[in-house]
Amino acid sequence: MDTAYSATHRPETFREETFRGDFSYANSPENIRHFPFPFHEDQYRYSVNIEPHVPGRPGSAFEHLIDVDEHYVAEMADRAQVLAEDPLRYQALPHMMLAQWDTLELLMEEQARAYPHLFTLERNGDRWRWINRPLGIDDSFTFGDPSTLPREPLDYICRQTQGDIALMDQRDGNLWLDAGMITAQADWSLDFDVGMNFHEWHAPVPLAPQMGVFDRALKYLLNLQLGKPVRRLNWTMTINPRLDTSPENYPKWGPDRTTVTPDNVGQKVHLRVELQSLWRLPRSNGMLFVIRSYMMRMDEVVTVPKWGRRLPRVLETLPQELAEYKGLSRYRQTTIDWLKRHDDGAPTSPGIFPD
Amino acid sequence: MQTTAIRSRPVYPGLAIAPCARRHIFALEGEGAGALLDIAGELTPEVQRRSQILYVARGSLGVGHHGALQNLGPAFWAAPTVPPLLGRLDVELARSHMGTRLYLAGTEGFIGQAMQVAAAHGIDPASVLTEHRGSLARRVQCVHCKGVTEAVTTSPFTCGHCGLSLFVRDHYSRRLGAFQGVNIDAEEPGTVPPPEELYL
Amino acid sequence: MMGDLQMRVTALHDEAAGVRRVRLEPVEGGPLPAFSGGAHVVVAMQDGAVIRRNPYSLCCDPEDRTGYEIAVARAAASRGGSAYIHERLGIGEVLTVGAPTNLFQPDWRAKKHILVAGGIGITPFVAMMAQFARAGLAFELHYAVRSRAAAAFAGVLQDRYGPRVKIYAADEGARLPLAALVENQPLGTHLYTCGPERLMEAVLDTARAAGWPDQALHSEHFMAPPPGDPFTVTLAGSGREVAVGPDQSLLEALEAAGLSPRYLCRGGVCGECATKVVELRGTILHGDHFLTPEERAESRTIMICMSRFSGDRLVLDL
Repeated sequence: MDTAYSATHRPETFREETFRGDFSYANSPENIRHFPFPFHEDQYRYSVNIEPHVPGRPGSAFEHLIDVDEHYVAEMADRAQVLAEDPLRYQALPHMMLAQWDTLELLMEEQARAYPHLFTLERNGDRWRWINRPLGIDDSFTFGDPSTLPREPLDYICRQTQGDIALMDQRDGNLWLDAGMITAQADWSLDFDVGMNFHEWHAPVPLAPQMGVFDRALKYLLNLQLGKPVRRLNWTMTINPRLDTSPENYPKWGPDRTTVTPDNVGQKVHLRVELQSLWRLPRSNGMLFVIRSYMMRMDEVVTVPKWGRRLPRVLETLPQELAEYKGLSRYRQTTIDWLKRHDDGAPTSPGIFPD
Repeated sequence: MQTTAIRSRPVYPGLAIAPCARRHIFALEGEGAGALLDIAGELTPEVQRRSQILYVARGSLGVGHHGALQNLGPAFWAAPTVPPLLGRLDVELARSHMGTRLYLAGTEGFIGQAMQVAAAHGIDPASVLTEHRGSLARRVQCVHCKGVTEAVTTSPFTCGHCGLSLFVRDHYSRRLGAFQGVNIDAEEPGTVPPPEELYL
Repeated sequence: MMGDLQMRVTALHDEAAGVRRVRLEPVEGGPLPAFSGGAHVVVAMQDGAVIRRNPYSLCCDPEDRTGYEIAVARAAASRGGSAYIHERLGIGEVLTVGAPTNLFQPDWRAKKHILVAGGIGITPFVAMMAQFARAGLAFELHYAVRSRAAAAFAGVLQDRYGPRVKIYAADEGARLPLAALVENQPLGTHLYTCGPERLMEAVLDTARAAGWPDQALHSEHFMAPPPGDPFTVTLAGSGREVAVGPDQSLLEALEAAGLSPRYLCRGGVCGECATKVVELRGTILHGDHFLTPEERAESRTIMICMSRFSGDRLVLDL
């Protein structure tokens, strides 16, 4: 099922699919190799894995700094639905307006730069025009004047960007999560966490605090420079391709974890990877945190032989505490058993990319 | 005594008079009165002259501290319940200036709610002096319906608003002044473990 | 992507006695990144055989994407940077300018911002006030100068911001009314000060004595690396020895020797240049504001931008 590897990632058509109900979401064969498979080696090992966010391998999720793929339109529709049902998924404390404009500028610039066939940004001083062809948007506005946009800047641009977005204010030697749009989260609540500082919102993560990891990470991020964003990968698993796995809706998606059987692993169990990027913002000196989620079901993962071999080997070596924190306990073994059928024991090449 | 399990749990270092403050506002709940009475020695006539004490007896184990607090200074006001005290605190802060320092003592839920009033006036939470006294019972926000249940002492417990069985996490939001409650039997409805008394 | 930018000097203005404003525009054209008030850039200047790298606050409107401006006071005891800018820098010269970095940013939650500047300390506030004015945020500037003639930017700031700007000229007998300044300010006011060390100490002491909490007080120190006795460091990786001259910082000496140690502020406050000490026979003279007293006592880390050494042997993890 190996398809031609495209030299540059350039989505032309967008899938009509759902992330709830009938879960019609799937990846086109050409999109499978676009997936940011997160494991470099055949065993689980915790690492901070932070690196400069610079354009990476063509065709991969790293090629462009803000990635738009074939799921763009469907994801934005799901986002709009989540927000209609629960407006608290979008929050912006009053002092974050400057950071909102910084973010609008950054996301418009990056998307227009990477996908000129999809987006156009025209600027005449502070008179801007933004054209978003996939969503049929053509808006002219005054940069810096919220009354000239149909929604406030962060609300406006996040509804047109794949990935959850959090904005941090930097003060008192700390970072404060003071704004965001979070509709595709792996189980954390923006409404609860907004206003927390770096240590506070990471408090529930097991193991790391004792290792001083977050102290070092904070020091590193406080010195993050303009024009030098960084990125890292985070991963978990989800049953059914549901983007909104929020704690708010846990009663809706929680029971899905008990529905995995040896026969349906291929369709139901999804590897969910977050490509996280962190950017210093110019006018506010705040920080933009993009959490871009990708999902691939086991059926699709094993079409890449290296990934099919590696994934069960990693899952086997995952510490129990982490498996519980990531919510995998119920179906980890069933998933490993299914995947093992695709692991012939052969050695794998280092690194994350397919052979 | 409360223990700090995870890092979103706030630390309450204890009350001590900020020596240079132009004005001292004390908001005390129940046994929180004891936090101020214990440092009465630091209340010089000058400090007393500049102090305002707001007190609500709710939560106290029987003994009201009105008399003792009234002796500490002329500006003393007793609220019948917490909401009027918070309202009065809001009024006091509205007519306060920089150089005013705020002191909060009482249960964690009270401190959290008073802190919300302070933050709305631009007071940095790190500049507020706090001391925990009294019950370790928690205010818990149900992450599902957003309703807050007061004085929770067991986990799991039943959300006072939507009826879901909630596990009480140590994850604390200073902005909401509450801990997080998450549906404990979401994956297998009906499998709620027996409640455990977790704090005294 | 912003690494260092090549920028051409397009204008030189003598703002006031001893203050020269330099306008820099990108050699390759295109809009510059906007920046936040209080930000500085590190400017690298080739002065004969020496490369001087100094941090300067940006004193222009962050929304002017066509150029950056800095203002440099002629320093009596200049290590060379201000002398170069006043005496040798010419229009058309190309300098290497790092990305804006901000260690003195406004607290955006503030209900009101009070800015207290002394002398050349006015520079970061020029950019901040442009942002405050555009965003409709309440602010006041209190600017202490030797005389109005020596008050860089005074005229333009008064024209732009009217009664929000108050100037106190020492030669008119006017002094900063610090005690009055800190009284009766609304809750949520933040106070920022930049200028000579003694002025900033007086501002902060007055505010603290009036009960202001530290969270509401902000200051930026323009610190140059202190001079001292020459010394030698050894690099653990290569065994190489590098000599540090009396008017040269350890960071500058390493750069002159061809290394590129990490740095950001070059003023001892951001921690970026922290370097591990591998071997120490002697005393580290800590000149930074970053390490804790315990860390200084342990001397396992040295901030190479500001600290020096006295003794027999210092080996660094480089």
